Amino acid sequence: MSTVIVLPPSLNERSFETVLGQLAPLGAADKVLLDARHTRWASPYGLTALLALAQTRAEVPGLYVPEADETASYWARAGFFRHAERLFEMHGSVPRSRAAGESDVLLEITSVAGSDDVHDVVGRIQGKAHAILSKELRLDSKATMGFAMTLSEACQNIVEHAGLGGWVAVQAYRRGQRIGGRRVVVIAVCDAGIGFRQSLETNSTARSRDGRWDDAMALEDAVIRGVSRFRDPGRGQGLAGVRRYIGRWEGKLSVRSGTARISIVPSWDDDVPLREKLPPFPGAQMQITIPERVSE
Amino acid sequence: MNGHIDVGTVLRRTVCDLYSDLVTRPTGAAVRTGIEQQLAELADRTVTIIDFAHVGLLDFSCADEIVAKLLLRIPTGGTRDAYFLFRGVSDSHLEAIEVVLERHGLAAVAQGDNGELMLLGDLGDTQRQAWDAINRLGRGDLAEVARESDIPADAASQVLDDLWRRRLIMRTDQWYVALAATA
Repeated sequence: MSTVIVLPPSLNERSFETVLGQLAPLGAADKVLLDARHTRWASPYGLTALLALAQTRAEVPGLYVPEADETASYWARAGFFRHAERLFEMHGSVPRSRAAGESDVLLEITSVAGSDDVHDVVGRIQGKAHAILSKELRLDSKATMGFAMTLSEACQNIVEHAGLGGWVAVQAYRRGQRIGGRRVVVIAVCDAGIGFRQSLETNSTARSRDGRWDDAMALEDAVIRGVSRFRDPGRGQGLAGVRRYIGRWEGKLSVRSGTARISIVPSWDDDVPLREKLPPFPGAQMQITIPERVSE
Repeated sequence: MNGHIDVGTVLRRTVCDLYSDLVTRPTGAAVRTGIEQQLAELADRTVTIIDFAHVGLLDFSCADEIVAKLLLRIPTGGTRDAYFLFRGVSDSHLEAIEVVLERHGLAAVAQGDNGELMLLGDLGDTQRQAWDAINRLGRGDLAEVARESDIPADAASQVLDDLWRRRLIMRTDQWYVALAATA
C-alpha cells in the first residue's frame, strides 16, 4: 500500500519542506504516491527537487499529475514529464512531452551528470539570459556573462560532488508581494547525491570543530568559507564565485543539504541565514534568485 | 623569441570542436595540458601570448586550471625562462582571472580587447608604479626605471627584482624589459 504525500498548491523552495516533512517518518523502501492534483504552480526548485526526491526512493514512487490544464501544460513545457516518466509511475492525464528547445522557459529541466552537460547548459542559456537579464530585469550587460558562469559553477557542483546526476532549470517569473512584485530569474540545481557533509568528510581540514560536525557546519564550510573536499588550493572557488555574483546583483543564494539550509539573504527577502533540523533529504539543492533592478 | 597560443583553438582541438566556452574543471585541465605541450616546443626564453580572443565564457574553474596553474608551473631556474602575456581578455574573462590570481597570490600581465595593458592580481602600489614605468619606457636600466617611476633606486632594485621573479617583466643583463615591448 502506498502512503499518499500531498503536494502543496504552490510548490517552491519553502513549501517543499512540507513534502519532506510528510516523508520523514517513512523508510526509503516505503511506497509513496505524490499527489500533485491540486498543485497550481511550481518553481524550478519545486520541479527539480521532485525529480531528486524520486531518486531517493527504493520503490518507484507514484505521481498524480496536476489537474489544472495550465499547470500540467507548464510542467510539460518545463520538461518535467520527460524526466518524470522515467522516475515515477504516472497517474492522471500527462500532457504530451515537448521536444527539447520547443519550450518558452529559460532553461528546461536538464539532467546534469558530466562536464559535457555543463557545456550544453551554458551554451543554451547565454542568448536567452542576455535578453531576460538586460531587457526584463534591467541589469547591466555584465550580468549576462556572470550569470552563465554562476550557472556553470552551480552545475559543476553536481558533477564534482554529488556522485549521482542531478537536474538544473532556469525560469523567469514575477515574484509575490514580498519583493514588490519584481521579476526574478531563478536557477535551481538539485541532486540526491552524497550531500555536502559526506563530500567534505574526505577533507580532514573541513571536519569537526569542538567535536561537532553536521550538515549545517558542512554548508558553512562549503558556501561561506569556500572549503572543498579536494586538497588543491584552487578548489572551492565555484561557490565563492556564485556568492560574489549574487552579492553584486542583490541576488539570493540558498543551499540545502541533509537537514540544514544556508542562505545569503539580500535586504529584499525575509529568510533566515541558517535553518537546522529540517526533515532529512539526501544530496544538495541550490536556488539562486536574481531580482529585477529597481530605480533608486 | 615569442610564442602565440590561441586558447580557443586549443579548446576545440583538445576537448570538442564545437565548444567556444571554457567551462568546467576537466575542460580547463585538458586545455592547460594542450598549452603546456605547445610550450614545451618553444625556445628556452620566450614570451608566450596566451590568446583568449576566440573564447566565449571563462568560468572560475577553468580560469584556475588554465591561468593560475599555468603560472604556478612556470619553470624557474635552469635553462627555461618563460613569460606569459594574456591577450584578448574581455571584461567577463577578467572577472574570473582576477579572482583566481588573488586566491593564489599570483599576478599576471594581460591585454584587453582594446589593447590596454593591465597588471592583474596580488600586487602593491609600488610594484604597480614600477611596472607602469617600465611599460612607458619599453626597456630601461635601474636608474632609468627609478627616475621614471619616482621610486628611490634601492627600493626600485628590490621591486624590479620581485617583478622579474614573478615573470611580470623580463631582465636581460642590466635591462628591464616590458613584456609587451617584446610581444
